[in-house]
Amino acid sequence: MSLLSFRGGVHPPHYKEATERCKVEKAKEPTRVVIPLQQHIGAPCEAVVKVGDKVKVGQKIGEAKAFVCAPVHSSVSGEVKQITKMLAPTGEAQCVVIESDGLNEVHESVKPKGDLANLSAKEIIEIVKEAGIVGMGGATFPTHVKLSVPPDKNVDTIILNGAECEPYLTADHRLMLENPESIVFGLRAMMKGTNVSKAYIGIENNKPDAIESMKNAAKEYNEIEVVGLQTKYPQGAEKQLIYACTKREVPSGGLPMEAGVIVNNVATASAIGNAIKTGMPLIERICTITGKGIKEPKNLLIKVGTSIKEIIEQCGGYNGTPGKLILGGPMMGHAQYTDEICSTKGTSGILVFTPEEARLPEPKACIRCGKCVEICPAFLQPIYVSAYSLNNMYDTAEKYRALDCIECGSCSFICPSKRPLLQSIRVAKREIIAKKRKSK
Amino acid sequence: MENRLIASSSPHIRADESVNKIMRDVVIALLPATLAGVYFFRMGAVKVILAAVIAAVLTEAAIQKICKKPVTINDWSAVVTGLLLAFNVPASAPWWIPVIGSIFAIAIVKQVFGGLGHNFMNPALAARAMLLASWPVQMTAWVKPGVDAVSTATTLGMLKEGTGEVLPSLGDLIIGNVGGCIGETSALLLIIGGIYLVYRGVITPRIPVIYIGTVAVLMLIFGGFDITYMLTHVFAGGLMIGAIYMATDYASSPVTPKGQIIFALGCGILTAVIRKFGGYPEGVSYSILVMNVVAPLIDKYTSPRVFGEVK
Repeated sequence: MSLLSFRGGVHPPHYKEATERCKVEKAKEPTRVVIPLQQHIGAPCEAVVKVGDKVKVGQKIGEAKAFVCAPVHSSVSGEVKQITKMLAPTGEAQCVVIESDGLNEVHESVKPKGDLANLSAKEIIEIVKEAGIVGMGGATFPTHVKLSVPPDKNVDTIILNGAECEPYLTADHRLMLENPESIVFGLRAMMKGTNVSKAYIGIENNKPDAIESMKNAAKEYNEIEVVGLQTKYPQGAEKQLIYACTKREVPSGGLPMEAGVIVNNVATASAIGNAIKTGMPLIERICTITGKGIKEPKNLLIKVGTSIKEIIEQCGGYNGTPGKLILGGPMMGHAQYTDEICSTKGTSGILVFTPEEARLPEPKACIRCGKCVEICPAFLQPIYVSAYSLNNMYDTAEKYRALDCIECGSCSFICPSKRPLLQSIRVAKREIIAKKRKSK
Repeated sequence: MENRLIASSSPHIRADESVNKIMRDVVIALLPATLAGVYFFRMGAVKVILAAVIAAVLTEAAIQKICKKPVTINDWSAVVTGLLLAFNVPASAPWWIPVIGSIFAIAIVKQVFGGLGHNFMNPALAARAMLLASWPVQMTAWVKPGVDAVSTATTLGMLKEGTGEVLPSLGDLIIGNVGGCIGETSALLLIIGGIYLVYRGVITPRIPVIYIGTVAVLMLIFGGFDITYMLTHVFAGGLMIGAIYMATDYASSPVTPKGQIIFALGCGILTAVIRKFGGYPEGVSYSILVMNVVAPLIDKYTSPRVFGEVK
């Protein structure tokens, strides 16, 4: 099998052994959920329930008022106790707190949407939007926005991202093994919704069983091609994945659409499949709970809004003192300072490091080894962008194309002097964007 | 939760690489050639190598102590500089030659400009150039391999002067059984060390292969397509050590892939031209030093095309 890939990238250890053979288990029913009204970039939702309201599973509790926004739904049945600002994984956000009555009564609006053949493109996108489906790889970008192709753009390919190139995570892997049909069904719905006739499902070759499983599920559909990708980080980065599958480059500063491609995560496709087949909006997801700091690593199906602390308790609790708690993977995930937060639609992993693993390395002088230049998948020169950023020379950093950084973290990972390359490039990006906003 | 969780920004894992490991790998790569130097030149080589390495490490420690900076001699970089300098000195040189060289390399070329990673020239090479200009007699008192220390000319010197002496066989050149600097002699062992460095990911083959290739092609042309002449130029003198260990010095070579190609081509052309038309039989050190100086400029004009950028 010939393997597709991109240029650059690094080879972090996989660390997937702990959970790659663990079947997805349903997590314990939460007694209380905290559902943030903002779970992604874009506009926050507006609450459509009040304190004291009775809600049911799948009932809409937050309405999207802007285009780049996805509604949120209750993941339990019970009573709304509070609507207030609370700490969420992406910072403070307005949250709806619901106490479960344990009955899990399903809301009346949740019903199958009928046969895919009878749904129009417009209807499919409407279903995706109403089901509150977002990118489940971690960025949680509203999926209906991706699928709404403006008439002047010509999109001919959809790529499903099954690379799961982040170390430790196995949620997508398990999904591809345990529910491949749902992924293929969701993909076909997306193809119909965007009138696209070619699709790829890209999977890293360290998951041969997943490649096999997806090939099997897609074998009736000639327009869907399951491709093996070289195991290399960041193989699942949108632009790199597009290049690996189609050899097209997304123009600098542009969207994948401009290369004629839409990329979605396999879990997103499965959520779409689910929304059409059962009518259930996105209220739960598979999450990998792992790391040396967890007693019994697991893949759990967790409801949106479940407390991270409770989820960790279900995995045997902490293994000794935890040193770092990361939501997402170790390369791009967000470290949290407390476990008293809730899970969201984007919680693909809960990773706990021991204090030993969490210790930050002491940065040393740059020895100009050039490894960061060699491996940067965006072909930047992190050595210079970072140096200019650290000297507050953001204009020069912009000339060195700081804004093209995809923040994959490969440069910081590889640096033998443990320099904060990505960390300083991020600062430069923020300053450059802030300046651009001001001058507008 | 009572304990504190560390909340830093991503990435949260780092590769198992460090400056120490890289520098230690360079020392390991140089070991076979070091042992060969000791085997061929006996106690003379031992004396020069020890003097150079000890002086380099002590100088680094002393300067960092005086400047109240953290002492970083355990990163092996001073050992590498000392060892490379010793490789560029004849075994017959008195002990103070490598000592002065090491002090100059570390104090002037490396620390004055900011220490590790900030030297604009290869410290060992700059020190060699200084020594050669200051003590030309001691720096060119070549001896034949063996216990007796019979004086001789280097292979390239014989070629240049046309002294009529019988040139060493190519076999001897490759193994290193010839007169010359301590570490310049055994092409084979230097290449093995280079392969180790490429295997360990310390260097890419880009600079050495292009540098040596350029010299080979030009010497083939300059020598009227005489294969033996060309091979003698490739395996004799400082080309192997220069191309594999000195031109690849991180701090003083470009970081962009395209820049490294231009840098290596420049080194190759200069070396061939100096050897053929210049006053010296050898041209490796000056070629690399000249290219070191233009390296920042090369970097500036060889920024890679960014992914998705339309130029």
